[in-house]
Amino acid sequence: MLFKIALKNLLGARLRTFLNVFVTSISFFMIIFMTGLYDGMRQHAKQVTIDTEIAGGAYWHPLYDPMEPMLFEDSHSVLPPEIESLVKEKKAVPILISQAAIYPNGRIMPVIMKGIDPRQNIVNMPTESLSKNKDVNIPVLIGKGMANNAKLDIGDSFTIRWIDSDGTYDADEGTVVHIMDTENFKLDIGNIWIPITKAQEMLEMKNEATYVSYAKEETRVNNSGTWIHRDVDYLIQDIEAAIEADKPSIQIMFAILLSLAAMGIFNAQVLSIFRRGKEIGTLMALGMTRTRVVGLFTVEGGINAVLASALTVFPFGVILWWTAEHGIPMPMDYTEMGFIIAEKLIPVYSIGLIISTTILVFFIVIIVSYLPSRRIAKMKPTDALRGKTVT
Amino acid sequence: MENNTVISIQSLVKRFPVGGNFFTALKNVDLNLHKGEFTGLVGPSGSGKTTLLNIIGGLDSASEGRVRVLDQSLDNTTHNKRAKLRRKYMGFIFQSYNLLPVYTVFENIELPLILNKIDPTERIKKVNQAIEWVGLADKRDSKPNMLSGGECQRTAIARALVHQPVLVMADEPTANLDAENSHNIMKILTKLNDELDTSFVFATHDEKIMGYLKRIIRLEDGTIIKDEKTKKEHV
Repeated sequence: MLFKIALKNLLGARLRTFLNVFVTSISFFMIIFMTGLYDGMRQHAKQVTIDTEIAGGAYWHPLYDPMEPMLFEDSHSVLPPEIESLVKEKKAVPILISQAAIYPNGRIMPVIMKGIDPRQNIVNMPTESLSKNKDVNIPVLIGKGMANNAKLDIGDSFTIRWIDSDGTYDADEGTVVHIMDTENFKLDIGNIWIPITKAQEMLEMKNEATYVSYAKEETRVNNSGTWIHRDVDYLIQDIEAAIEADKPSIQIMFAILLSLAAMGIFNAQVLSIFRRGKEIGTLMALGMTRTRVVGLFTVEGGINAVLASALTVFPFGVILWWTAEHGIPMPMDYTEMGFIIAEKLIPVYSIGLIISTTILVFFIVIIVSYLPSRRIAKMKPTDALRGKTVT
Repeated sequence: MENNTVISIQSLVKRFPVGGNFFTALKNVDLNLHKGEFTGLVGPSGSGKTTLLNIIGGLDSASEGRVRVLDQSLDNTTHNKRAKLRRKYMGFIFQSYNLLPVYTVFENIELPLILNKIDPTERIKKVNQAIEWVGLADKRDSKPNMLSGGECQRTAIARALVHQPVLVMADEPTANLDAENSHNIMKILTKLNDELDTSFVFATHDEKIMGYLKRIIRLEDGTIIKDEKTKKEHV
């Protein structure tokens, strides 16, 4: 009964209902859109890291710590037999890391020099370009950000200086053979990539590597010797930590959007109660109990939320679908800022996100509809009939 | 109902807080109304007629005294019990119609039936019948802002009578109407009083409707100064 009357009230008050529903719907849409965008960014960052850097997982030299470059000199050895077999079967790729310095255009730049097998297909990097220039002494692959920083172009040569395994400084000339356009800044900024055999020769570390990345479908070897197995979860924990650190800001935004929706409904309900005092009195005179009048206003708020959900599906749903299909082009390249952000952001709207947002918005709308309606319970029918309301 | 008594009031006093004091709106009112009566509470503004009507309708409560309506005591009853009494057995007609602006004539009249949980088929039948009583068949889908004052009041009458209550209370039902409309409204009400045997209680100071009343109770300063039966017979 209440539902029927509430629905009639809402449908009857066309413009007022539309404005309430529209405001709620915009907030609803913005919450789903912004959260979807954020989820899309997170998923993209994870996927790019897995595709270009992690693959199925890794085996690390026991001393290797990517956060501790001073230990790179000691964190290398020949591969344990089972890992070696994986590499031979092309199911894994070894990477040898060392600190180095480059001198582009007479400037000194400290870099991480990484040796990688040019024929690998484990991580998504254009390493094959390293094998195409046989006449070059040290072929070097760099990222677009690094090329910008060092003012380097394809064909440019520069001096590379390093310390070999005996602690002796050595230097030679490297030539940029390819500039890769990667979204993963960790492969780009401050990194130069050279063929692993060349790196082993330069560093006098024959057949040695710092870590090995293995293919996505590959399972863990039984015996990795002293080398430490690192799974995907471990390897993406820095991204997860960054996401976790960013959570409060997204939660604040979520709360602001939700508050806007709640305030809109609350305001509309308070106004309704003031403006509809006589109507409330009439309903009481016709025999509606106070509890039912409170229920009526609360149900009206609830139907508001349902209508807002429907409006979010169409036309806002079309916008959500379009952005999920086509993405949103970003105005600039964020690689140099240390963000893994796609050139086109593709929002991800999971069922969980839609259901949880719907439930949350619905719940909030019911609460903010109920709170002002409680004033009705304090009203005397005679006052309400005269249009007087409780303040 | 005992002896066809619809309303029984004994030693009713009603006080309202005004500033730090109390204003006594009704003083020791004793009154009995019977089934089928067509009664007017008549008096100047501030005489207490609307207050008395509100107490009879359970919209307000007495400060002292006993009030029984339709065999139910209204002393110390809950809001819900009073609401149920109004919903099932009473109808209200207001001076300013109090129609719900977003509803059509049909929907306004239908409202008491929805509140009484009458099934939809029966509802349509009863609403159509009420629309016939007040002659608004051509306005059933109009909203109140499209109606004249007389049409609004006829809608309000249909709404008050659609669930065929035992008692209808009308607070200045003709105050906002011109003479012609006032007479039309009163003719409808007298006809329904005769046909349905519904009791009517009016609060009014409109001389135009005095001639339709079967009983006139005159109030002054919260006291009944005269209670007279007219010789008026409607049919």
